[in-house]
Amino acid sequence: MKHYLLSVVTPAGGTPPAPDALAAIMRDVEAFNDELRAAGAWVFAGGLHGPETATMLRPQGGDVLITDGPYAEGKEYLGGLCLIRAADLDEALEWGRKAALATTLPIEVRPFVDQH
Amino acid sequence: MSGAPDIEAVFRAEYGRAVSVLVRFLGDIDLAEEAVQDAFTTAVRTWPETGVPPSPAGWIITTARNRAIDRLRRESSRDARQAEAALLHAPDPSAPDTSPEEGPVRDDRLRLIFTCCHPALALQSRVALTLRLLGGLGTAQIARAFLVPEPTLAQRLVRAKAKIRDAGIPYRVPRDADLPDRLGGVLAVLYLIFNEGYTGDPALCAEALRLGRLLAALMPDEPEVTGLLALMLLIEARRPARQDADGALVPLPEQDRSRWDRALLAEGQDLVRRCLRRNRPGPYQIQAAINAVHSDAPTAGATDWGQILALYDQLMAVAPSPVVALNRAVAVAETEGPARALDLVEALDLGRYHVLHAVRADLLRRLGRTAEAATEYGVAAGLAASEAERAHLERRGRDLGV
Repeated sequence: MKHYLLSVVTPAGGTPPAPDALAAIMRDVEAFNDELRAAGAWVFAGGLHGPETATMLRPQGGDVLITDGPYAEGKEYLGGLCLIRAADLDEALEWGRKAALATTLPIEVRPFVDQH
Repeated sequence: MSGAPDIEAVFRAEYGRAVSVLVRFLGDIDLAEEAVQDAFTTAVRTWPETGVPPSPAGWIITTARNRAIDRLRRESSRDARQAEAALLHAPDPSAPDTSPEEGPVRDDRLRLIFTCCHPALALQSRVALTLRLLGGLGTAQIARAFLVPEPTLAQRLVRAKAKIRDAGIPYRVPRDADLPDRLGGVLAVLYLIFNEGYTGDPALCAEALRLGRLLAALMPDEPEVTGLLALMLLIEARRPARQDADGALVPLPEQDRSRWDRALLAEGQDLVRRCLRRNRPGPYQIQAAINAVHSDAPTAGATDWGQILALYDQLMAVAPSPVVALNRAVAVAETEGPARALDLVEALDLGRYHVLHAVRADLLRRLGRTAEAATEYGVAAGLAASEAERAHLERRGRDLGV
């Protein structure tokens, strides 16, 4: 089994869905998580607060400098993540497809470096 | 006995088969390629003396497997489990060296085709990898055919192989549910290889045809596979008539039909008839049928344009695109006249596509708007994809005498 990270790609400055629509999305995402758990593929999943809540720590001359703000301003940011177990990329892509439909957002699928 | 030319033929025919088996055996594309290349190096040294073995493919596969096992044993740096797995599956040393490996081998090549054409790989990488692993084409040859610098192509191959390994792209034929999607990608890659060879390196057409035949043999129940093979055969059949003595392109209506390759035509037409009997039309089958209608006509004037227009209508229904609409307009020009066709062409958004300008130029010429036609031939020639096409379009422009 390999591990894959499904990243939820969220547009910056977009209008959030209306409450009803958001509730439907949250239900779909919860159903997706349940399906992952039932299949034994679930490791961890969660949504992230927006990039305005981020704090950066940078090593500087033996010390660490703390600044407000995200690592990079962009058109998109990491809105949430889901860590899964899958036999191969095709299996991971199938979960990613379901995640994209549930969240209504693009999903990036990336493999973890193998642990031996 | 002279073995060298035979080895080259064996290499072309069997490289992909051998790599496919070794990928399954070793689980690593690079190791598989190294082992197969080792085996061919050994063949070059020994076959001129011993003669070509009765089953060259079996010999190459067995030798490559033994080489790989030796190497895994020697190199302690390799993953120990991989070495063990390989040794576990090692063939019985007492078995003859010439096992034909037919059954599973066919399946292995199919798996490798689908691995190379996985949608998670960039389209250019899919094309390069398919030519490299299944066709045995060298990086220099592939780079030349696709007009990219060799280091760029080599890097593309390295990246694609690394992604297959690291992302865990499986080495298998997708499940039935995924097949329409995945098979579409495979067919697109083969057709892209063929199209690159159409006006460029004929070896690419030959390779696309070889892979198309292979795929058709491996998936006889997929009508679009048969359709693509038929389409490529019917187009390839016209190659001998497609260029004049100066290398300029000769368009279909002006081609000397006696120079068409009768054997390829017959094969393609037979496949089209088989598709028609099955009646599950898809874009490749319809395009093949259109080409079959062209091939049926003893002269350009005898072409059944009504049938061709009906087929383009069908193609527009299942796979509409501006290029299809442009080709349909050509059929409209023959059935309803150039004025009606020109209206259709003007409505298309294909500004940089030289064929659009060539068609437009031709319609203007037929409408007697000579000066506009000359300008349009010039635009088309400037955008042409190959020297042969440019030469042809410039000549058409000059022939107007304006």
